[in-house]
Amino acid sequence: MEIDQVSMRYGGVEGTLALKDATLHIRRGEFVAVVGPSGCGKSTLMKLVSGLWPSSAGSVIVAGQEVDRPLSVVGMAFQNPTLLPWRSILDNVMLPLEVVEPHRRRLRAERAAYEEKARRLLAMVGLAGFEKKFPYQLSGGMQQRASLCRALVHDPQLLMLDEPFGALDVFTREDLWAQLQEVCLTLKPTVILVTHDLKEAVYLADRVLVMSSRPGRILAERSIPFPRPRRLDDTYSAEFQALVHELRDRINAARQGEGQETADAA
Amino acid sequence: MPHDAPTPPPAPAQARGSANARRVEAMAAAARRRRRLQKLLPWLIILAAFLLWEAVVRGFQVDPFILPAPSAVAASMVQWWQPLLDNAWQTLLTTLAGFALAIVFGLLLGVLIGSSTLLYHGLYPLLIGFNSVPKVAVVPVLVIWFGIGTVPAIITAFLISFFPIVVNVATGIATVEPELRDVLRALGARPSDIIRKVGLPRAMPYFFASLKIAITVAFVGSILAETVAANKGIGQLMMSASSRFDVPLVFAGLMVTAVMGVAMYAVAVAIEERTTGWAMRGQAEQNVASLNG
Repeated sequence: MEIDQVSMRYGGVEGTLALKDATLHIRRGEFVAVVGPSGCGKSTLMKLVSGLWPSSAGSVIVAGQEVDRPLSVVGMAFQNPTLLPWRSILDNVMLPLEVVEPHRRRLRAERAAYEEKARRLLAMVGLAGFEKKFPYQLSGGMQQRASLCRALVHDPQLLMLDEPFGALDVFTREDLWAQLQEVCLTLKPTVILVTHDLKEAVYLADRVLVMSSRPGRILAERSIPFPRPRRLDDTYSAEFQALVHELRDRINAARQGEGQETADAA
Repeated sequence: MPHDAPTPPPAPAQARGSANARRVEAMAAAARRRRRLQKLLPWLIILAAFLLWEAVVRGFQVDPFILPAPSAVAASMVQWWQPLLDNAWQTLLTTLAGFALAIVFGLLLGVLIGSSTLLYHGLYPLLIGFNSVPKVAVVPVLVIWFGIGTVPAIITAFLISFFPIVVNVATGIATVEPELRDVLRALGARPSDIIRKVGLPRAMPYFFASLKIAITVAFVGSILAETVAANKGIGQLMMSASSRFDVPLVFAGLMVTAVMGVAMYAVAVAIEERTTGWAMRGQAEQNVASLNG
């Protein structure tokens, strides 16, 4: 997947520049985390890669295909679970299969097999037995897991996670990190994770990108050397903490630099 | 259940346990009584209204030509049950025919208007203007076009019940959360997929809410047309009864209409509860939500 000199401006020519000359390349099967202060264009980057919005300049290429509209090889999980409230959990997870080819054509004939697959995914994140429940009968963390399953069910080549754990408490979040890592080790998708939680980024990713805010730029990147599977206990090790600190310093530097710029401008 | 006892000295565990059990039992009994009362209350109030009516008519010796007592209305119902039933059936069919048309066209137009901002802005003024026209004024025109009979009544029922359905369905679709739409858009879904899988289900609670309004106004429409120009139906029966100064029969007709209206409303509510339970989850169901894991 390639992002080449991509910029994005909101509200016409005079509008805010949300993203400036972002360039990055992601290998197949790689897990990349994008971190940065809020308002740095992380979510904009996601919208561009997913094709939900067109970019103002530059090109986005996913799996050799120029992104000019949403691609079905992408699976996406949002900040909110965004489950459809009138569907059971199982039906929610199976939603992409009703939309994305070639599953769409096969769904009627091979319903049992697809349902089995959805159930397996749900069981993988600890939601076995909740298939027939409705979203409002589940807690926020459980809904978020179901949303993760929905993002994975059609075997996407690229999994995009837009702060999927942001609204959860610390315990649930750590739990889900472990589960996400397990899912990734099993299914080996390419993943872009947008987050403002540095610990989360370092624990999950192979490579962390640091972005600055307004206009969003990619300031630095850092590969994470720790072997997989990583344990939650490792997040308290000295090397891990050192890495988190290093990233934090870079972001702080970026924010100060930005403060400097605004001061200069004023 | 962790509720703290107000008594300061800690009672022996067993005594406290049985006190708790008694308290829970008492609360359950109170809840049962409340539910029973809730079920009975509408009937009690209707009964009380009739009794009051009867008492007023008798007490002030109101002329039955002005206001017949419920007993006189009931007697009239018994006497004329055959024509009442015949004409009520006719009115019911007319209303349901108009209502069915309103559902079909209301849904179609509602989806169109709701999913396109252009159509919404383009068609809305026309719709509102159309809805503001008194339907009494339309009936004579319909009679000129279609002659006296069932057709103008069906069309009037349709015209009057069509608007609430359009507005509600359009609102339901137009207010779909962008996040829900993005879920499908991100998968490369076609616009028709988005309407089918998100817009329509999302609009269903609005749709059923509008049906409850639409069915009652559909009765207004069909009876209105029947009083002006029809050879059958409850409206026509009431017109001919009043021209014979048979006021109790007019009131009997009104009663029958009210009963039909309430019955159809109940049907709409039952369908609503069956199909859109997700939008009206009760307190009880919410408690099912399991532990956060």
